[in-house]
Amino acid sequence: MDNVSQPREMSPANETEQVVEELVGQWAGDREKLITAMLAIQDKFNWLPPDALDYMARRLNVPKAQVYHIGTFYKVFSLVPRGKHMLHLCMGTACHVRGAPLIADALEREHGIPMGGTSKDGLFTLERVNCVGACAIGPVLLVDGKYYGGMTQNRAGAIIKRLRRQAKKEEHHA
Amino acid sequence: MRRIASVENLKVMQERCRKELEKYPMVISICHGMACRATGAVEVANAFEKIVGGSSDIRFIRSGCQGFCERGPLSVVRPANVFYQMLKPKDASEIMQKTVNKGEIVERLLYTHPATGDKVGKEQELEFYAKQYRIVLELNGHIDPFRIEDYFAYGGYSALGKALSEMEPEQVIEEMIEANLRGRGGAGYPAGWKWKSCREAPGEHRHIICNADEGDPGAFMDQAILEGNPHSVIEGMIIGAFAVGGTDGYIYIRHEYPYAVKTFSNALEQARDYGLLGENILGSGFDFDIHLCFGAGAFVCGESSALMRSLQGQVGEPRDKFIHATEQGYRDEPTALNNVETWANVPHIINKGAKWFRGIGTKGSPGTKVFSLVGKVKNTGLIEVPMGMTLREIIYDIGGGIKEDKMFKAVQTGGPSGGMLPESKLDLPVDFDELTEAGSMMGSGGMIVMDEDTCVVDVAKYFIDFLIEESCGKCVPCREGLRQMSKMLHRITDGQGKLKDIDDLEQLGKTVAATALCGLGKSAPNPVLSSIRYFRDEYVAHIVERRCPGGICKAMISYHIVPESCTGCGTCAKVCPYDAIHTVRGQKRKDGLLHEIDLAACEKCGACIEICPEDAIIKKCREVGVPTPEKSPAKRESVA
Repeated sequence: MDNVSQPREMSPANETEQVVEELVGQWAGDREKLITAMLAIQDKFNWLPPDALDYMARRLNVPKAQVYHIGTFYKVFSLVPRGKHMLHLCMGTACHVRGAPLIADALEREHGIPMGGTSKDGLFTLERVNCVGACAIGPVLLVDGKYYGGMTQNRAGAIIKRLRRQAKKEEHHA
Repeated sequence: MRRIASVENLKVMQERCRKELEKYPMVISICHGMACRATGAVEVANAFEKIVGGSSDIRFIRSGCQGFCERGPLSVVRPANVFYQMLKPKDASEIMQKTVNKGEIVERLLYTHPATGDKVGKEQELEFYAKQYRIVLELNGHIDPFRIEDYFAYGGYSALGKALSEMEPEQVIEEMIEANLRGRGGAGYPAGWKWKSCREAPGEHRHIICNADEGDPGAFMDQAILEGNPHSVIEGMIIGAFAVGGTDGYIYIRHEYPYAVKTFSNALEQARDYGLLGENILGSGFDFDIHLCFGAGAFVCGESSALMRSLQGQVGEPRDKFIHATEQGYRDEPTALNNVETWANVPHIINKGAKWFRGIGTKGSPGTKVFSLVGKVKNTGLIEVPMGMTLREIIYDIGGGIKEDKMFKAVQTGGPSGGMLPESKLDLPVDFDELTEAGSMMGSGGMIVMDEDTCVVDVAKYFIDFLIEESCGKCVPCREGLRQMSKMLHRITDGQGKLKDIDDLEQLGKTVAATALCGLGKSAPNPVLSSIRYFRDEYVAHIVERRCPGGICKAMISYHIVPESCTGCGTCAKVCPYDAIHTVRGQKRKDGLLHEIDLAACEKCGACIEICPEDAIIKKCREVGVPTPEKSPAKRESVA
């Protein structure tokens, strides 16, 4: 098949490359696996570090331009480091009519977490998702993959405050 | 390896699994649909498992979505079909003691009929389930999605056995054409015809694709099928592959559905283990396997040609359809692509015949359709109804009417590509053709109900903004046209609109619909065009009176405290980020007003409404002729 080219002989030069090799080595030379490989890298690093992408591009034999084309086109990919805690606010229609935009406003205003960005302390990244399929309990906020339904500005604030306290405690202990 | 070598062996296996299940006199099934899991079904199930664990009398299952999401976490105790709702982990022991051991019913966990106040004990007596006709969702709640043996016990893979042993591929296609199963992804193209042209197209390899990139906001039908009964989709795909002569299959599943990925990949492994995927399926000499691929959060990838490009590791940009995917699709080879729900219907049609299928639904659109009924409706959830049921029956009989008995305003079918239908269209029978006629569309089956507190201009704006985000940017009408439409809509909701904007929106919308490249662009103006068609007065109210009848658009509303309800607790003043709520002194206080909102400082963030324990703060739509309070520039700066 023309999508698979002869994989180049190469060996990982550093730790990052070693990690990436373990993730994507199985797809060496297979261009069709580009998105899958990038998802795997993002799952591992929580973002797409340039050196990891660089190694992956060579391993899959894909031009780097193509890699960044994909990285900027698809929503889930992040080319900048993301916060320790991931917040996903559902902006599906049902959540929208139940007031999700007001919660987004509050997260930025009260807690310094802008939509699509990361808080200054590096703890939180807020992203929008277009429906997580839990419309019955909207508005829905996902905190590190856990679903919180019936979300209000107040409840969201309580969650953020709890996590911030927790982070401070850990910092104190460390 | 537990290979099933022939169709006869499959029958033996089904019989063995059925007997295995019959050993248990009682079944407790806990719904593990998305909404139930989010409200604590996992903890409830664990509590049950601690008590039941390993019992030989009780079969305990974590089932797929049972539909009535509004009341989750829910469970059904069979064979009595007692329906319990809104469970907490601590309820497990009471249910075990009373219902399981003594056959009594725990009254407090039953559903209460909102109108009559009666407790409803049986699943089939709930008005939510009474009018439904479940084909695709039939086994949700009865089988454990992680056990292929449960699917066997209910006759699973019989249709595959029948197709492989008794039918020729052409016969399967004939049966599908006869059944007139129309694509459940939204476009409604008959699956049988698609398969026929795929089979007849020249080429060495043929591909089968299942589109599980369910991106419509407010729709979760496919998720429920994949999580509840993944084998029905796999079986459908194998039959499809057999019919068109497909060699390999792909399922393109949304990254945002991790649980569905888990159930489906587990199901794939089991099917391989039993030799239902792989080489020489059921000893027929037919080879086929399915690969799992992930979407990466792009709505446009639900469009078939974009999806195929994404499968090939490229960006999801649609292409022109002068050449159909059935001739040149994935890797430029003949491809049959259908949606999850379409595939899940296939085994039923092969098993029971086209004639049976045509007996359900309407003449032009036979069968059933799964809808996610969401928004401002009492019984939110997942429903499956025969085609041709009216919107009124769906919203009022199954959905129980509008939340808090408010006024119905509109229903949006078909997600961002559909349209808003007003009360006068409530008696419209729901099928592919009727909805298109009315200016909306079937779409994948999201049905969002809006009440009097919803602003149609705001919703239209929401959809257009969503589609701008999701437009791939390849063709100009979609990329630029939608942006201009959004600008006009924002002007209108900001109170800067002109009457001419309405005509411009209509004209531009029609142009985009006529000239855009793919289905996303062609249907993108639907929410705007349909809302102008049915709710022109609301647009006019925004422009001429600068009034938002739904009370949503921030530029046109103000917040007020109702003196009769306010207890003066001051919670609102504490929470207000703009210091806009003050304690009242002097004469006004003597008149009974304790707090008041400084309209010039208020930014309408809604924090006070949310926190007020007495519901004493209300949004008022600006009255005609009253000027909006001007903001003092100094105040605004200090806020920013």
